[in-house]
Amino acid sequence: MRFDTRPVQDAVPAVRAVGVGRTFGKRSKAVDAITAVDLEIAAGEFVSLIGPSGCGKSTLMRLIADLDAPTSGTLQVFGKTARAARLDQEYGIAFQQAGLLPWRTVLQNIALPLELHGMPYAERAERTEQLADLVGLTDFRDHRPDQLSGGMQQRVAIARAIAEKPRLLLMDEPFGALDEMTRERMQGELARIVARTGAAAVFVTHSIPEAVFLSDRVVVMSPRPGRIVAEIEVPFGKDRAELLRESPEFFAKVTEVREALHGAPVERANER
Amino acid sequence: MSPTAERTLRILMPILVGVLLVVAWWALSANQGRVVLVPTPAMVGEQIATYPELILKATGVTALNALVGLGLGAVLAIVLAGLAAWLRIVDWMLAPVVAAVAVVPIVALTPILNTMFGASSQFGRQLVAALAAFVPIFINVLRGLRQAKPVQRDLFSSLAAGGGQTFAKLTLPTAVPYLFTGLRIASSLAVISALVAEYFGGPANGLGTAIATYAKSGKASLAWAHVVAAIALGLVFFLVTVLIERIVARRIPA
Repeated sequence: MRFDTRPVQDAVPAVRAVGVGRTFGKRSKAVDAITAVDLEIAAGEFVSLIGPSGCGKSTLMRLIADLDAPTSGTLQVFGKTARAARLDQEYGIAFQQAGLLPWRTVLQNIALPLELHGMPYAERAERTEQLADLVGLTDFRDHRPDQLSGGMQQRVAIARAIAEKPRLLLMDEPFGALDEMTRERMQGELARIVARTGAAAVFVTHSIPEAVFLSDRVVVMSPRPGRIVAEIEVPFGKDRAELLRESPEFFAKVTEVREALHGAPVERANER
Repeated sequence: MSPTAERTLRILMPILVGVLLVVAWWALSANQGRVVLVPTPAMVGEQIATYPELILKATGVTALNALVGLGLGAVLAIVLAGLAAWLRIVDWMLAPVVAAVAVVPIVALTPILNTMFGASSQFGRQLVAALAAFVPIFINVLRGLRQAKPVQRDLFSSLAAGGGQTFAKLTLPTAVPYLFTGLRIASSLAVISALVAEYFGGPANGLGTAIATYAKSGKASLAWAHVVAAIALGLVFFLVTVLIERIVARRIPA
């Protein structure tokens, strides 16, 4: 099966945030979820947002997805406003909860975006089969979500997110609820899928090894107010084998990210 | 307990209870000597065998009243619940009205409606059934329309789905099991309400009228025969609703 990738000809960054802030509440009760975030993500680049709870990493992702609006700064997705990018379906998204529709089968859940956007039935069926195969769920195609394990549900959600070959993937702790073994296998599958589609990705996570294994760059955030405190390049290339997890370079990067996290001025280990 | 034994017992036990009840009824009516008040099961059975057409006709009238009422109440409840789920302000406007309708005494309302629509019209009775059916359906559908999870709403928003698409593909399917919970309750209520409404006036037909007439004129056995028919009718309404629910649930599991 082939997965055609769109050429990365555009120099337009996938995400460009300048001085982005989001404040919840008013006046004395106002809380800065994130403040003065400058971030640029190139087309095809995999970026992880990592940080303790409450550092605003999910908020930032929701702003990029236009599920929420910034209270300050400017945010562009592929050179458009976040809203225009959402309406143009420039991104695919997966949440911590799979968010599947319980009355639909695996195939029908994967097909949802295609169905909503009016892809003809025959084409849709073919594409959906491909996607089910890609995430290894062909044998479960007619199962309902409540008959699937958590890992399988999450794979359906990822297949749904990439159904329309988006140039940008947004993922909010998609493996957060999975056990460690399933989690590592899913990371491997995600790395393979993303390498094949050539999409840029914003990946929110709590896990340092997960961030290092998947990312071209790890963005470390710190809470109260949520902001970016460090950015660490992870130059391991696009084709990453499982063996990478056991290499000294991998451990060195994990340590680097950990130190950036703990060295953040406000937070200490007790937050984690 | 093995699954087969459990299944057998589940069928046998209700039958046993039924048999026990009939035996108790028999013992009560036989020993009492005042057969007029409590006829034996045999006497009631005999009446059913003797006047099947009479009983069926009365049952047909009540069934139609209950069905029209159930349909009317359901349509009204679904439309209004849809509006209330869509616009907060409609919900605020309707909440006290629904609370009031829920506590309206059918017994008190019936004579007024019967007078309003005339003694020859069934519509007053149907309206009573509709009011009774409306409340559980409205409450359940409104709750069901609000059960879509935030993550599902976010998903539809991220997919740039329009309001109509979100309603048709997320909000409505989520509410379907709740609709059936409401319908199950409302189906029996509609039968009971139609019957009670018939009891309190209007045209001289239907199970309610028959029970009232025969009980007062000393034909207790025939009155009880109509009561049996009323129970059967209520069960039929309930079972048909459950059956439709099963068929739909196979397509849309909760």
